Amino acid sequence: MKIAIIKYNAGNTQSVIFALNRLGIDPVLTADFEEIQKADKVIFPGVGEASTTMKHLRELKMDKLIPSLKQPVLGICLGQQLMCKYSEENDTACMGIFDQHVLRFMPSNLEKVPHMGWNDLVDTSGPLMKNLPDPNVYFVHSYYVPINPDTSAATNYIVPFSAAMHKDNFYAVQFHPEKSGVQGQKIIQNFIEICD
Amino acid sequence: MLKKRIIPCLDIKNGRTVKGINFVNIRDAGDPIELGEFYAQQGADELVFLDITATKEGRKTFVALVREIARHLNIPFTVGGGISSVEDVAPLLQAGADKVSVNSSAVKDPELVNRLVEAFGSQCIVVAIDARFVDGEWIVHTHGGSRPTEKELFSWAKEVESRGAGEILFTSMDHDGTKQGFAVDALKKLGEIVTLPIIASGGAGIMEHFDEVFLKGEADAALAASIFHFKEIGIPELKNHLRGSGIYTR
Repeated sequence: MKIAIIKYNAGNTQSVIFALNRLGIDPVLTADFEEIQKADKVIFPGVGEASTTMKHLRELKMDKLIPSLKQPVLGICLGQQLMCKYSEENDTACMGIFDQHVLRFMPSNLEKVPHMGWNDLVDTSGPLMKNLPDPNVYFVHSYYVPINPDTSAATNYIVPFSAAMHKDNFYAVQFHPEKSGVQGQKIIQNFIEICD
Repeated sequence: MLKKRIIPCLDIKNGRTVKGINFVNIRDAGDPIELGEFYAQQGADELVFLDITATKEGRKTFVALVREIARHLNIPFTVGGGISSVEDVAPLLQAGADKVSVNSSAVKDPELVNRLVEAFGSQCIVVAIDARFVDGEWIVHTHGGSRPTEKELFSWAKEVESRGAGEILFTSMDHDGTKQGFAVDALKKLGEIVTLPIIASGGAGIMEHFDEVFLKGEADAALAASIFHFKEIGIPELKNHLRGSGIYTR
């Protein structure tokens, strides 16, 4: 199985590679369109700020490539947000795979922003969320995607939001499976095992 | 429900853990990777690796070590020690660290926080603050707590928040090493002043101190070193204890 990780300025790329290595998979890190299109699965990592990252993706024309992919694609963290239509983070137009707006958390006295740490996945559905050993996954983010018809796992923090989404061949998670212990490992394993 | 985090801290010198550690279950307690993996298996929520090596050569060793830690560890970790520029941070994050912490260099050059946030995002910038209670004020100290500054804890915390920091790691020098409990009142006040997550450090001695730091101090995470390294408190037992006190843990 060939797994391509989209190469751009995302911060967590190395951690995603290591997580796949721990599952015995050697992914290819590439910005080459043909190589990405030919891969069995594609991972779109992301850590950083939305507008700068979208600008960078547009320069690489990745904003056109990613929505056109036919194999299973997994967006992680900022990856999930950029797969939506729009982000409030610096008023950024995104890729529009999911017809959603990304909103900023409003901090309360007890619930701080960023949402940082381990939290529960609830109302899980779909192939990515099969047979999970433990509800806890690790989050670090200040923006969120509201609950919508494509939500495949929810988490409650300030408001209930989309911890994971699934539409056609596109999968996305707000948390970091590459840093979420055995639970994250299982979710990555599930993605690897998805059959079209 | 967001869980309260337990964070063991490991001091690293020339690629090795420093404090005399006695573990039965691991081959080489001086090996930060083995020790990190051990804590991850025990249920630690995050780890902090603090590089106390002063030399340039040692720093290169540290970057290589961070890469090996990231290869083996499936939980998040923060690295700190001697970071004073965007150039220092880039290789650490590229090696797989999740967050970096800055301390003295941010006090000396507060704009550094802005530059790091702009380059890497708030989520990975932790500002560590060491403070001591002097004449009714929490005075910020730098250089491992050896130098008092003009800054006061709460206004400095507020400032780093406005500069975009993602998290604050507050060490009370008055409590550090005493094993008499965390600086609960200062932590509570800090939580009222900033909306950032706060990691409490300094003073952990018994499991009840963790109840206090979460319930009274309202900290988001608690960091400790020697009580974990010397196995005075086991992380699984600590988490069981906290659950019994109604505190949410992983």
